[in-house]
Amino acid sequence: MKEVVNCECGHVNPHGTILCESCGRVLDDAQKDSKMIDMRYEGSARRSQTYNKSIIDKIWNFFSSVKVGVSLIVILLIASSVGTIFPQEQYIPPTELPKVFYEKEYGFSGKLYYLLGFHNLYSSWWYLICIAMLGTSLLIASIDRVVPLYRSLKKQKIARHEGFLKKQRLFGITSTDKQASDFEEIKKSLESRRYKVKEENGNILAEKGRFSRWGPYVNHAGLIIFLIGGMLRFLPGMYVDEVLWLREGEMKEIPGTEGQYALKNNQFKVEVYDKEEDQTFSAAIDKVGTIVKNYQADVTLYEKEGNTLPGEDAKFQKIKDHSIKVNVPLKHDHFAFYQVDYKLDELSEMTFNLMNKSTKETFGTITISLDDPKTMYKLQNGYSVELMSYFPDFEFDENQEPVTKSPVPNNPAFIFNMKTPDKPEGEVSFVAIQQTLEPLGENTYKMAFAGVDTRNVTALTVRKDLTLWIFFVGGGIFMIGVIQGAYWNHRRIWIQRKDGEIWLAGHTNKNWHGLKRDISMVLEGTNITEPKDQLEAKEVGEKEK
Amino acid sequence: MDKKQRRLIMRSAILALLGAALVFSLYANFTKDKVEAVQKGDMARDFVLTDLDGNTHKLSDYKGQGVLLNFWGTWCKPCEYEMPFMDNQYQIYKEQGVQILAVNVGESNYSVKKFAEKHQLTFPIMIDKNKQVQTAYKVDPLPVTFLIDKNGRIVDTLTGSLSEESIQKHMERIKP
Repeated sequence: MKEVVNCECGHVNPHGTILCESCGRVLDDAQKDSKMIDMRYEGSARRSQTYNKSIIDKIWNFFSSVKVGVSLIVILLIASSVGTIFPQEQYIPPTELPKVFYEKEYGFSGKLYYLLGFHNLYSSWWYLICIAMLGTSLLIASIDRVVPLYRSLKKQKIARHEGFLKKQRLFGITSTDKQASDFEEIKKSLESRRYKVKEENGNILAEKGRFSRWGPYVNHAGLIIFLIGGMLRFLPGMYVDEVLWLREGEMKEIPGTEGQYALKNNQFKVEVYDKEEDQTFSAAIDKVGTIVKNYQADVTLYEKEGNTLPGEDAKFQKIKDHSIKVNVPLKHDHFAFYQVDYKLDELSEMTFNLMNKSTKETFGTITISLDDPKTMYKLQNGYSVELMSYFPDFEFDENQEPVTKSPVPNNPAFIFNMKTPDKPEGEVSFVAIQQTLEPLGENTYKMAFAGVDTRNVTALTVRKDLTLWIFFVGGGIFMIGVIQGAYWNHRRIWIQRKDGEIWLAGHTNKNWHGLKRDISMVLEGTNITEPKDQLEAKEVGEKEK
Repeated sequence: MDKKQRRLIMRSAILALLGAALVFSLYANFTKDKVEAVQKGDMARDFVLTDLDGNTHKLSDYKGQGVLLNFWGTWCKPCEYEMPFMDNQYQIYKEQGVQILAVNVGESNYSVKKFAEKHQLTFPIMIDKNKQVQTAYKVDPLPVTFLIDKNGRIVDTLTGSLSEESIQKHMERIKP
């Protein structure tokens, strides 16, 4: 394998170069006979296509290929869209088993979806590998192209080789005598069009918008920064996304803060529009019943003082009060708390009267805190009530025994022993909501339901994201790259004298019409003829055949 | 030659960096649930709780002894099932340097006391009122049992109900 290619002009090019970096002579035999040359990457040697010896080179070359990059994009696009057909695993009801859920809900296609792993697509190993491969491809393909392109554009000489000029898409020869004055005019005209004009031995290179050639690489850099942002979310402390359920009056450690912060729910309320006050909505209120105006949790944020062990009594310093509403989160120290869900009227206390069933006479009132019930409730005049059993979330199990299915007081039930002067041993009564049983025989007394106290529960999303700015930076750079590459183009015009003739060639990476217009305006008033578009000429020629 | 070598080194370095990023992402992704959970081999986080009799128990005070740390709730059937077995084994192993600490996940004193009386439990039972200990140990769902050796290291975490036989085996594992 040849290490270098020597051009006749004396420039030494890397192996694999198609057009001499300096003078533009066609070095690749395959291109020597073609009518026009391939100007992609300035005919520079894409590094990947040269050395292919070690395994590292082979891997490198694989990722350098645009075909591979495009295939990866297509695979990811298809996979990502398939992932949206059915809900992802984290969005199915938490009580459902994914294995059963998908088949039950979506039939055979759901089963297939589950078996192929699409239910957990975006964090599946093969999806992540594809993303990583795409990132690798972006980086390597860019390095492989931007370095030689930069070299070629930097090393280009003003006077190019005949073959290079002849094989440009825009090319023309004019025979003329009075050249010198025309050249000065053309130069001025080009400069007024913001071309950078360089002259050497009477040859002109006018160039404009070279920086647009870097657009795609800037764009790729933005994408890579974006991917790095996604990766950083895995680092501990960078990203928190938790849910915190908080009852009124309750103070809890905030998940994701390692015990540093605690939040107290002072009050949670749901406000609705009033038909009388908010006339605007009266028609809508008539239609749907109630319309919510506001969901609001009034909270207090505390920070723990000093280092205490879990379970140890800690001192908390109040930081601030805040009313969390929808879209009005509480923010502190990179954490944000958003209103996300709620539960109204959870039972907190129940009140009963001890009552004689026949005379309806009462002998005192007891209030039972459902979070912290007592064993014994003493009443006056020798009356008392013993709480024998308490079931916060009562149901009968398979043996018809009363049990609780959770610690939450959704459906409280009690077994009372009512001790009265006339029944000193007590009478046992089972009391649940709208239900009273007397398991040990007919009682004289009963616990008459007298009222409940309720509280609301709020659910807050706890969010911390230290990676967000990286996504903004990446996205911004991405857009700069797109704009750079899309709204500007790299135009070059070569004008050279050769034996009483003037050779003129033009090249642009896009928008040939703009370049042609530039040339025709520059040549206006001179006797140099406009160059021909060899691509159009070729197409016309082919049509005529 | 020099140039080629430099290129090989550059390429290898870039590929190695990208490979490391991929391995890190995959590893982080598949361990993200586990990272949150407390794992075997970790040092057990210290805590202080007061039992039903008013005695404080600090985990680090039990250095030199094995500790079977059990998280439970009164409504949880599998928890209830293993309680008598734990108590039997406690009677045998407390003389041999294995302690049982049963942490209730923050229910009312009433419920926990009734439960302890019903099953005549003799090992220390404490209520994690503000749920700090269960948060520190990432407890969910119940029951969860942590086996902590004499050096305060977590030997194993066990989810689900345990039979008397397996409790006995686990007690052997953490016996000093």
